[in-house]
Amino acid sequence: MALLELRDVHARYGQITALRGISLAVEEGQVVAILGANGAGKTTTLRAVSGTVRRSGQILFGGRSIGRRGPEDVARLGIAHVPEGRGTFAELSVWDNLRMGAYIRRDRGVKDDFQRMLTYFPWLEERRDQDAGTLSGGEQQMLALARALVARPKLLLLDEPSLGLAPLVVREFFGIVRTLNEEEGLTVLVVEQNATIALAAAQQAYVLEVGEVAVAGTSDELAANESVRRSYLGY
Amino acid sequence: MADFLQQVVSGLATGSIYASLALALVLIHRSTQVINFAQGEMATFTTYIAWTLVDRGASYWLAFALTLVAAFVGGVALERVIIRPVERASILTIVMVTIGLLVALNGAMGWIWSPELKSFPSPFPNRGVDVGGVTISLQDVGVLGVTVVVVALLYVFFRYTKLGLAMRAAAVAPDASRLAGVRVSWMLALGWGLAAVLGAVSGMMVAPSVFLEPNMMQVVVIYAFAAAVLGGINSPVGAIVGGLAIGVTINLIGTYADFLGPELNLPVALLILLAVLLVRPSGLFDRVVVQRV
Repeated sequence: MALLELRDVHARYGQITALRGISLAVEEGQVVAILGANGAGKTTTLRAVSGTVRRSGQILFGGRSIGRRGPEDVARLGIAHVPEGRGTFAELSVWDNLRMGAYIRRDRGVKDDFQRMLTYFPWLEERRDQDAGTLSGGEQQMLALARALVARPKLLLLDEPSLGLAPLVVREFFGIVRTLNEEEGLTVLVVEQNATIALAAAQQAYVLEVGEVAVAGTSDELAANESVRRSYLGY
Repeated sequence: MADFLQQVVSGLATGSIYASLALALVLIHRSTQVINFAQGEMATFTTYIAWTLVDRGASYWLAFALTLVAAFVGGVALERVIIRPVERASILTIVMVTIGLLVALNGAMGWIWSPELKSFPSPFPNRGVDVGGVTISLQDVGVLGVTVVVVALLYVFFRYTKLGLAMRAAAVAPDASRLAGVRVSWMLALGWGLAAVLGAVSGMMVAPSVFLEPNMMQVVVIYAFAAAVLGGINSPVGAIVGGLAIGVTINLIGTYADFLGPELNLPVALLILLAVLLVRPSGLFDRVVVQRV
């Protein structure tokens, strides 16, 4: 059974239809990428999962229907959503951002997880009292990832993490995501415009076009697919 | 000089009353962008609860503590029942609702307790102590002390507890807070509860020096508005500094510019406020968020 499964999911913003029946599955322990052009419905797919857009159809998480739950409840079930560009609380300090990540935790391991984050992101320690809004774009994205991870999610949703970041920072970011996936078995559903880096990080991928799944397959299959290559990889 | 210091201490005591009510306004404004016009009447209402408890034979501090609990529960309940249905409505709608609440509470107090003046006890001795030639009233010290303790507790709550952190996050970034699992709507209700507690403190502190009646807080709340705006309507520190500054200023005007007479205290205070806002339109402490994008 897949950890996350979408069956014929529709979503709309007012009069504008964003998803026209998306079906996809994310197996536990996988990194799955969603590719596509602007307005294809990538972000909306993530928002449908986390409950930040009104949606219909079936969304199953660990076999349980979450299609009618609000974002607070979805988060408490173990889905961490790092939204596009706004993954941090700009007005709160770096450390308070991490504490917010642990808000839904009730166990005693939180301190250890903060320490674990410091091994991935050592600079968090010296910046702990600084407002998150004063960090650079790359640092904010790392902090957003760290914050999502201290929630100990079963599923991590990443929306366009590479947006506006320098190539080196993007590589570092995906390097950490990959490590987490390989060493800790973290399941990730990532939306990306940068298809090259997304296919390199993911095992499975879906290509969306105007609110529908156009192509699906393993990353290797998609990388070899003629039309995907021409439209999204540019060679 | 001794007289000056005495007036400053006494001004700080009055100012601390404005400060706690101003802090209540700021708490609600930060999370809902709305001025709660009923804040003064809520404070008076809770002071009546304290009066009733003392009247029925409760000791002062027991009545004080019970009143704070009642204020908290009442504040949360008001938000759930009256504000919640209009949570997503326009700001003007919510403002109208708080004005309606003001009128309703004011009427209810007159009906329950009658509009006649009631004297309210003070827990502090009515004498002064000599500190290096300056006579300081224990009344003033007590009022100031209570406010300091309440504000310090609030600071610790917001700074060090998980719930306090979630309330701060919900106020500045409700959507991101939901994604972190915070029940934002309940955080607003808790904010109303805490604001009601602060109001109750200011009401119980001001009541001994005036008389308890349904309109008791109407002037106080204007000073509190002024304090909140002076400090920057979203700044808790600003509300406290603003409240103290206004308290001291009014007291000094009353002493050294007594030709103005007590009737002109309020207009003069508001003039000073206007002058400050001309120089710093967002108040003294509302921080400009520096953000890299």
